[in-house]
Amino acid sequence: MTVSAVFVWSSAPSWARDNESASVDIDALAGCLASSACLVTQTTSGLIIGMLLFLVAVGLTLIFGVLKVVNFSHGAFYMFGAYFAMTAYQLTGSFALAMLAGAAGTAILGLIFERVFMSRVYGADVLMQLLVCYAFVLIFDDVVRIIWGPEFRSMGMPSAFQVMPLFIAGGVVPPYYLLLIGVALVAAIVLGIGLSRSRVGKVIRAAAHNPGMVSALGINTGLIYGGVFALGGMLAGLAGALAAPVRSLTPGMGFSVLIESFIVTVIGGMGSILGALIGALLLGLIRSFGSLGFPLFTEGLMYLFMVIVLVSKPTGLFGKEAA
Amino acid sequence: MTRTRTPGISRRSTLALMGAGAMTFAAPWVARAQAKTIKIGMPTILSGRVAQLGTSSRNAVMLEVEKVNAAGGLAGRQIEMVIRDSKGQPQEAARVARELVNTDGCELLLDGEASSGSFAVHEVARDLGVLCIHTCSEASSLTADPKQHIPNAFRCVRQGIHDSIVGGSYAASIAKTKGLKKWATCSPDYAYGRDTTGEFTLYLKRFAPDVEIISESWPKLFQPDYTEVVTKILQAKPQALYSCLWGGDLTSYIDQANIYAMFGQMEVFAVNMADYTALTVVKNLPKGIHSGNRYIKTFPTTPENAAWGDAYKAKYNEYPTNWSWQNATAVMFLAEAAKKANSADGKKLAEVLKGLTIKCPFGADGTVTMRGDDHTLVGYAIGWGTTIPQEPYVPEVKAGDWKTIFELEAEWKKSKGYT
Repeated sequence: MTVSAVFVWSSAPSWARDNESASVDIDALAGCLASSACLVTQTTSGLIIGMLLFLVAVGLTLIFGVLKVVNFSHGAFYMFGAYFAMTAYQLTGSFALAMLAGAAGTAILGLIFERVFMSRVYGADVLMQLLVCYAFVLIFDDVVRIIWGPEFRSMGMPSAFQVMPLFIAGGVVPPYYLLLIGVALVAAIVLGIGLSRSRVGKVIRAAAHNPGMVSALGINTGLIYGGVFALGGMLAGLAGALAAPVRSLTPGMGFSVLIESFIVTVIGGMGSILGALIGALLLGLIRSFGSLGFPLFTEGLMYLFMVIVLVSKPTGLFGKEAA
Repeated sequence: MTRTRTPGISRRSTLALMGAGAMTFAAPWVARAQAKTIKIGMPTILSGRVAQLGTSSRNAVMLEVEKVNAAGGLAGRQIEMVIRDSKGQPQEAARVARELVNTDGCELLLDGEASSGSFAVHEVARDLGVLCIHTCSEASSLTADPKQHIPNAFRCVRQGIHDSIVGGSYAASIAKTKGLKKWATCSPDYAYGRDTTGEFTLYLKRFAPDVEIISESWPKLFQPDYTEVVTKILQAKPQALYSCLWGGDLTSYIDQANIYAMFGQMEVFAVNMADYTALTVVKNLPKGIHSGNRYIKTFPTTPENAAWGDAYKAKYNEYPTNWSWQNATAVMFLAEAAKKANSADGKKLAEVLKGLTIKCPFGADGTVTMRGDDHTLVGYAIGWGTTIPQEPYVPEVKAGDWKTIFELEAEWKKSKGYT
């Protein structure tokens, strides 16, 4: 290390100039769109972000569609899913059991939460529901802090996925992310077909449309509500479990995911599963390609897109007008 | 002969009482200065995402305070720590600091806040005139900027500009050896991330002028997913990457970059990697990440440092953090200053602290100094090395040269108009 070299400082220090990163880089975006390698890498990157978001957002939209409750504590299920998975993985060393623990644990938690607390405020005004949910955001965060500690944790990538990424058309695609996209896609298909074709699905849709009539027909609507909440919680928990090997676990980790999930549901339309899927994928792609073309405005792009959708179609892309 | 007095309180007594009362309310620590115990107030972050750092600060302070009390206290007065949570919010840090002095009767302050909160506590110290030692803020301007200078505030913390000089020169030497000309950066999008990255690249380019920054990424603080950032860097194909991500953000980033096999494609320089908070959490720590030392018990490689790290772990069942050693050092300074001043009075301590050199396990040569002209810590062990996935995590650390640091720091201060 030499210090004798003359070092001339300009009036505007060079480090300050270095920090002036471009807010718009159309060349980088255009270059990426023209390159198959970049296109594949960034598209899969967008799909990964989008699919995880979909799993959280679809639970949110499902609960709203049937129960007419905006579940602000939904992010906590994502958080619990991750912590359950990490604990199960540490105890058993099995990735499959970790995923199962994340999904099943949050389903049970969702059922208890709905039956014991949320079911008491269905008739109350929105503010009361919101306050109850917000209270549980804080309570759930503290529960995690008490059980797992306040510091961040990491589950670690299972050894089966500690392999070299795949190279598809020159693009880089990690095998774990292929699994993640696959699981989320299967969940979307099962959910879509289940709700539209199965008897249970029809009952759920009927309960969403006219709960009084469903109840009059002798169907236990409380069970349906509890089941829907459990299903929503399970999907968010599954997202948390799938994210656990690649994201740090910390109390409050559900909050940022929740905000983006709300953007997804607003774009896709509250109550629409297809809307949640399309909204989540669009958001993922905006972030993925936006980080190349608009590095300092990627977050802003998401909100801008939401505003455009709200102005042109206030019910969201796939939302239905209120009857 | 007896003198008769009119009943009630005389005018003179009333004035004296009023004066004493006014003094008590205006400067309560003066009124309590003769108390046997001495209360030291400490606002720090005990809840939220970085609570672990605040907790480790508290732990380190208590570890050292126990030793000082066992040895007789600060000039014969036993220390009673009053530690409060600021939740990492500057306005709350300032409120807590003021309350600690005015209501709890604390005579000294240890400011265990991150940079944003430290500037707020600094203003409280300026207002109240109470001795305050900042123990966590690395922002260089806190002591380098003469506008910030007050006689009763000191900083017992590593400094951003010191790290950048050492990091820049270390990285440049690797860049020259391995021919790393194309660099990318990825740092959190707030003041610390921007400033630290800017200063690092400044010195990197100074020592290796051929270096070019071809890609910059600024993920937001506490961002859960870095996939688009990782793939963006892969697209740019740099030969080396610098990051000052820290804590959970850094471990997330490593986990997500790992599955893209990013660490095999470029040299990675992550200044905050070599801290136990990150080292022990990452399950698949890649070999060969270059990092600055934060706290690691193997650097400096002295029995005193190793013993201190082990004692901390034995007591708290976890390793210390970067904030731990800084807080411990602050208590060591107070103890030594009280011995020299033979007093626990804040003003007398401040006089002695200026330019004070003490023996310390974290010193580059076994000592650290509280520099007199800008009231900041110098001479601490500072260096860079590469990681391995198990203990000792960073087996060899190349120490920075304090002579060079002082020279370049002086240039930097001049360039900023501080001197």
